[in-house]
Amino acid sequence: MVLSKIVTRTDTPIDCTFASRYVQTAPPKYKMPENSIPKEAAYQIINDELMLDGNPRLNLASFVTTWMEPECDKLIMDSINKNYVDMDEYPVTTELQNRCVNMIANLFNAPLGDGDTAVGVGTVGSSEAIMLAGLAFKRKWQNKMKQLGKPCDKPNIVTGANVQVCWEKFARYFEVELKEVKLSEGYYVMDPEKAVEMVDENTICVAAILGSTLNGEFEDVKRLNDLLVEKNKETGWDTPIHVDAASGGFIAPFLYPELEWDFRLPLVKSINVSGHKYGLVYAGIGWVIWRNKEDLPEELIFHINYLGADQPTFTLNFSKGSSQIIAQYYQLIRLGFEGYRNIMENCQENALVLKAGLEKTGRFNIVSKDEGVPLVAFSLKDNSRHTEFEVSDMLRRSGWIVPAYTMPPNAQHVTVLRVVIREDFSRTLAERLVNDIEKVLVELDSFPSKITQKLIATEEEHHKAVVKKTAIEVQREVTNAWRKMIADRKKTNGVC
Amino acid sequence: MVVTTTISDSDEHLHSTFASRYARTSLPKFKIPLGSMPKDAAYQIVKDELMLDGNPRLNLASFVTTWMEPECDKLIMASINKNYVDMDVYPVTTELQNRCVNMIAHLFNAPVGESETAVGVGTIGSSEAIMLAGLAFKRKWQAKRKAQGKPTDKPNIVTGANVQVCWEKFARYFEVELNEVKLKEGYYVMDPAKAVEMVDENTICVAAILGSTLTGEFEDVKLLNELLSKKNKETGWDTPIHVDAASGGFIAPFLHPELEWDFSLPLVKSINVSGHKYGLVYAGVGWVVWRSKEDLPDELVFHINYLGSDQPTFTLNFSKGSSQIIAQYYQFIRLGFEGYKDIMESCMENAKLLKQGITKTGKFDILSKDIGVPLVAFSLKDSSRYTVFQISESLRRFGWIVPAYTMPPDAEHVAVLRVVIREDFSHSLAERLVFDIEKVIKEMEDLPPRVSLESDHFTLDHKADEQHLRKKPKNADEGKKEICSYWRRISGKKTSSVC
Repeated sequence: MVLSKIVTRTDTPIDCTFASRYVQTAPPKYKMPENSIPKEAAYQIINDELMLDGNPRLNLASFVTTWMEPECDKLIMDSINKNYVDMDEYPVTTELQNRCVNMIANLFNAPLGDGDTAVGVGTVGSSEAIMLAGLAFKRKWQNKMKQLGKPCDKPNIVTGANVQVCWEKFARYFEVELKEVKLSEGYYVMDPEKAVEMVDENTICVAAILGSTLNGEFEDVKRLNDLLVEKNKETGWDTPIHVDAASGGFIAPFLYPELEWDFRLPLVKSINVSGHKYGLVYAGIGWVIWRNKEDLPEELIFHINYLGADQPTFTLNFSKGSSQIIAQYYQLIRLGFEGYRNIMENCQENALVLKAGLEKTGRFNIVSKDEGVPLVAFSLKDNSRHTEFEVSDMLRRSGWIVPAYTMPPNAQHVTVLRVVIREDFSRTLAERLVNDIEKVLVELDSFPSKITQKLIATEEEHHKAVVKKTAIEVQREVTNAWRKMIADRKKTNGVC
Repeated sequence: MVVTTTISDSDEHLHSTFASRYARTSLPKFKIPLGSMPKDAAYQIVKDELMLDGNPRLNLASFVTTWMEPECDKLIMASINKNYVDMDVYPVTTELQNRCVNMIAHLFNAPVGESETAVGVGTIGSSEAIMLAGLAFKRKWQAKRKAQGKPTDKPNIVTGANVQVCWEKFARYFEVELNEVKLKEGYYVMDPAKAVEMVDENTICVAAILGSTLTGEFEDVKLLNELLSKKNKETGWDTPIHVDAASGGFIAPFLHPELEWDFSLPLVKSINVSGHKYGLVYAGVGWVVWRSKEDLPDELVFHINYLGSDQPTFTLNFSKGSSQIIAQYYQFIRLGFEGYKDIMESCMENAKLLKQGITKTGKFDILSKDIGVPLVAFSLKDSSRYTVFQISESLRRFGWIVPAYTMPPDAEHVAVLRVVIREDFSHSLAERLVFDIEKVIKEMEDLPPRVSLESDHFTLDHKADEQHLRKKPKNADEGKKEICSYWRRISGKKTSSVC
């Protein structure tokens, strides 16, 4: 007689996921677990933990796209297993990248003849794009200095203090000195005159920003170009310009076509733009375009030959997914010029609605300009009792993620809240946000002030006569105290 | 009376996609089109063009993962709109990255105490990982030299000529000289003895490869460590080792746990591995782990503080998608140690099966070893009538993408075909491939040899018919060399940049 036994490794088919032993124990954290678990359990465990992440679409801190059409999602999923760098195996994907580069180059008025192909490449983001552009400038400058018999060990780059952190990375990793033009209160972008003053013979380029991260302003690239042309004539140094159009590159051509900031200005040699910001693609794609072949030193390019065609590549990353490139091409042909313009105009409208709502509360100063990236940067008129950081924290309870930042030097006493208007931030959401901000203000007014309590305590301790302070001084103290308190909590000006 | 007219912008709703005007005109290529088009049309147009791309799963050239479980696809799609760098907004995703780093560090026997966290970061791929590791070595070396008052303008790195192209990129972009140890026929990886010989005071590190792209071999890191320790004692230069375990990092710990190649060797200071190769995730994730905090100079790290905890970051890329990191964590907890081991053993089995089938044809030499990455690299015993390049092209007709490469110097006369066995290359596919290779060989044998190949061997005689009587006798090797260089010229294939 055969005695049969039931094998009880049963979690897999019989128990429902939440009854299984896998969700009773903590998920492995520092060592790979010894055994496998069923895929349903793995999916559920991770899905549940991720519920506590913020909602990407309510993240008003970020410029990066958080919604695309379902058709595009389909294309993305279909190509998720294509390794972009296999140009041999995926020639169409490679071709799509080339088409995007050409479209963007033409958008930026690159001086291309009818039969020419544009010089540019798709990257993982503007960080990689800026590093490639910077590398090209550095190498060109080194070659020039070697020819002149001059030392080439101290290259520097001139930018405003409002640059995004990737310029600091470039400077630190590629051993280039970063010369920052300090800001001043009321003027939160790079001053072209001061910038040109700082240019010396070791300057590899001057970087202008189209769409400053802090308040969305466009820097005056035309003026910079004019001043730099004059200086180049005097000195013979031939210093070029790079435009960091990470945000503005997909806004200015549609909303402000008459604004001269791109290759129409002769000193602009390269431009980078983030496909994943107003290029309306998910995170993971940027573009860098050079004016023409001379601006990209041949020695930096790796030549990969396949099927007879020469494929020059110049990227820091090698293997990466193809999805975002295909998504960018989809957006460019799906929307076309009119589609992008409609979307940007919508964003502009919604920004104005938000701005009007904020102004109506009477409690805020608007720091952003009307012309620029569609965002609203605002600060409290009176932040002696409560600060922008508190407003930001309280808004989080309603689900909104609205960051508060202090400005870089020399305007560190100014704190702003910033709301970025993306394609998927509709008018209803704008009105709801204003509503919630008003609610927060009412609540805050009823709380005692944390700051004045602290200051009062300090004064009492010292038994000193209170010296009358000007409004600015008070503001400075208050912001400094807050900044110290939250110094370990928030990044002050490393923004994305 | 109001006269109504129908607006005939009707392509959007009435006609089927392929009848619409969008499918009739050629796609805009170099300029953004002025008008929009309906999303269905855009989707169909792009999808149709992409039909002509190769099928990723039949791409036997690549190590990069081409299939994941549907549950993981769901997780990927759900997080496609999360910008990984927003640590403030996505703290759980950031935590998952940290967990992955710790798991990998432990897998590589990093000397991490029970309550310490490992030093490492997720990257886009091994290229970025290697650049970060190289940067750390360069900066450490510069600091050491400055302290000694010596010049720091000529750093170099010692590797084998079999390195992947990203090392050349690192060298060129970060201004470090690349000192390559040449290969030779029959020995296709870096010779530890020759490598240690090449080390000088300007060497920032020696890079060993675990899983050479060309033959899948593991380099002898243990021997390198011993020889380098000796040299360091003599010279006092303290040269470290970096292990490029892009492919091998997720194979050796599961198949050959007794092999000493990782942080268990004292001179190994950093290791990189590709999550998207045998980490079994789609393209777009790599990892680099350092031995300890001392091996990563603090000046390279950018500190971002949020909610009280210090988040140090050291990456070249900033904004990027979160999907692959979440997918990597999924694979770690879904498969666990036993799951990865099962999959690697399966790959090895299939590789053996393929190897047997190929050996049975009697026409090929096998260059890959049994211990290493599961791939089969094979070359023709006799290339005088047809070459591996032709076989590669013919196989393409059946849908297979099997690349043919020539070896780097000094073994350029050797040309190989290489098939990489990934998780989704099953037993039946292996048998079918052998079958198709046999078919192709038979075709080649039946064809007359291409005349143009012969004509290169001749000098300036014009009487074509009597040429082959006065042909110079060549041995097999010289013949092979000529043929390969001829083929390389006309097909212009990338000879040694592989992925």
